[in-house]
Amino acid sequence: MATPTNKIDVQNFSFYYGDFQALKTLNLGIVEKRITALIGPSGCGKSTFLRCLNRMNDTIRGTRAEGAIFLDGQDIYAPDRDVVELRQHIGMVFQRPNPFPQSIFENVAFGPRILGITKSRRELETIVQQSLEGAALWDEVKHRLEDNALQLNPGQQQRLCIARTIAVKPSVILMDEPCSALDPVATLSVEDLMRRLAEEYTIVIVTHNMQQAARIGLHGVSSGSAN
Amino acid sequence: MAVANEPASSPLATAPAPGRRWGEVIIESIIKIAGVSVIFIVGFIFLFLLWEGLPAILDIPLRQLFGPQWYPIEEHFGLLPLLFGSLLVTVVAVLIALPLGITTAIYLGEIAPPWLRDILKPIIEILAGIPSIVLGFLGWIALAPLIQTMGAPTGLTAFTGALILAYMALPTIISIAEDALYAVPREYRDGALAIGATQWQTIWRVVVPAARSGMLIAVMLGIGRAIGETMAVLMVTGNAANIPAFSENWLFSPVRTMTATIAAEMGEVAQGSTHYHVLYAIGLLLFLITLAINSLAARLIGVSGGRRSRPGGSL
Ligand SMILES: Nc1ncnc2c1ncn2[C@@H]1O[C@H](COP(=O)(O)OP(=O)(O)OP(=O)(O)O)[C@@H](O)[C@H]1O
Ligand SMILES: [Mg+2]
Repeated sequence: MATPTNKIDVQNFSFYYGDFQALKTLNLGIVEKRITALIGPSGCGKSTFLRCLNRMNDTIRGTRAEGAIFLDGQDIYAPDRDVVELRQHIGMVFQRPNPFPQSIFENVAFGPRILGITKSRRELETIVQQSLEGAALWDEVKHRLEDNALQLNPGQQQRLCIARTIAVKPSVILMDEPCSALDPVATLSVEDLMRRLAEEYTIVIVTHNMQQAARIGLHGVSSGSAN
Repeated sequence: MAVANEPASSPLATAPAPGRRWGEVIIESIIKIAGVSVIFIVGFIFLFLLWEGLPAILDIPLRQLFGPQWYPIEEHFGLLPLLFGSLLVTVVAVLIALPLGITTAIYLGEIAPPWLRDILKPIIEILAGIPSIVLGFLGWIALAPLIQTMGAPTGLTAFTGALILAYMALPTIISIAEDALYAVPREYRDGALAIGATQWQTIWRVVVPAARSGMLIAVMLGIGRAIGETMAVLMVTGNAANIPAFSENWLFSPVRTMTATIAAEMGEVAQGSTHYHVLYAIGLLLFLITLAINSLAARLIGVSGGRRSRPGGSL
C-alpha cells in the first residue's frame, strides 16, 4: 500500500473504548495535499478514526489502540512519540465551532504563543493576519480583532477555528463534519475555503453529505464502515 | 409537513389556559414579595446601624474617632487599631488562602483522577461546615503554642488569626472555584489540546480564564467569610487593641479586629452610652466595607463575563 505520495498510512489499526471495539483492523492511505473524505453511516467510527490520527482519543480514559499509523513514515503510536508535538503537525477543526472565550486576536495568537514561535508583537500580528486571510476571514474582522470571538456568527467562528489551526502551520488538517452546525451560506464559504486549503494542506474530512463531498472535489472516498 | 404544522400550532401557543394563569400570578407575586422583602430587610439593617451608630460619629471628634487609641474605659474611642487589626488579619489570610485554594481547585478539577476527586470534594465541603468556635479552640490549644515556640512573645498574634481565617476560607474557595472549572465546556480543552498545548498550558491559558468569573466569586466569598468571622479571631489574635510599633514584628504581635471588639464588648456596655454607640458605628463601618467589596466584585464580574454567551462559572 505504501506509495511514496501517501502522507498518512494506516496499517492493521484497531481501536477500543474499554471492551468495545470501535475500529477493526483498518488499512488505508491518505494522499498528500488532497482532500480525503470519510463517509459512512452514523456510529460506524468516522469520528473515532479521525481522533486517532492526532491521538485526541488519548484524553478519554480506558481507550486502547493496536496496529500502526504512519505520518511521514513514522509511527504516531510509537511508545516514545511526543503527543503534544504530534498535534502541532496535525491540526483539528471540530464539529461545533469552539473558539476560546477570548478576543479574536488572542484565539489566533494562541498557538504561536504557546509554541513560542515568536516573541515580537509585530511578527505575531503578521502571523495572525496571514492566518485570518488564509481562513478567508480577515476582511470581516480586521476592524474588530479585540472583540470577543463568541460575538461572531457560527460560520465566522468556524473559519476562526480554521485560522487558529493554520496559525501553527500544521501539515495535516482534520475536520469532523465542520459544516454540520452551519447554515447553507456559511457552509458554502467554508467549503470554498477547504478547496483552497487543499493546495497547501493534507485534509481529512468527515461528512455525512455526498453532495458536499462532490462540491469540495475530494480525492478518495473511504468507506467508513470499519466494523 | 413542517410548514403545514406551523399555523396550526401558533394559536395554541398564544392562548393561555385560564387555570394555569392564576397559578402563575400567585407564584410570580410570591417570588416578587420574597425578592423585595430581602431588599427591605437589608435596608432596615442599614438604617438601624445608622440610627445607633450616628450619635457616636456626631459626639466624638473625628480626629479622635480615627485616632490610634482605643481605651473605652477612659473614653478614648480611636478606631484605627481595630481597622488595622481587621485589615492585617484579613489581608494575610487572603494571601495564604488564595494561592492555596486556587491551586487545590485546579488539582481537583483538572488533574486528580475522578475517583480521588469524588473522595476529596465531599470532605472539603464538610470542612466548610465546621463551626468557627471549634477552629478557634483548635488554634488556641494547638496552633498558638506552636507559633510561640517559633520565637514570638505570645502565640496569640495576628498571624495565628490569619492562619485560622485562611483555613476557614479555604473550603469555600476550593469548592466554588472547582465548580467553576468543572463548568468550562470540554470543547475549549479539546481545542487547546488539538493545537498542541500541554495540559498545563491548556489549564492556565484557556480553562482558568474561561472560569474566571466563577473563580472571582469564590475568592470574594472567601474574603467575605474572613472579614465577617468573629469568634475564632476573638480567641486567637491576642485581643490587644493597639497598632504594633514599627520596630516590632507586626505579624507576630497581638491585634484585635473590629468584629472581635463588637463581640467582646457589647455584653458589657451600658445601653445608650457613647461606648455603646461606637460599637454600632464599628458595625456600620463593617457593613460599608462588605458592601464595597461586593459591588467591586459585581463590577469585575460584569466586565469580564457579561458579554459571553456561555460563561465558564455561571453560578
Ligand atoms: N467516548 C466513547 N466511549 C465509548 N464508546 C464510544 C465513545 N465515543 C464513541 N463511541 C462508540 O464508538 C462508535 C463509533 O463512534 P463515532 O463517534 O466514531 O461514530 P461516527 O461514525 O462519527 O458517527 P456520527 O456519524 O454519528 O458522528 C459508536 O458505536 C459509539 O457509540
Ligand atoms: Mg462523528
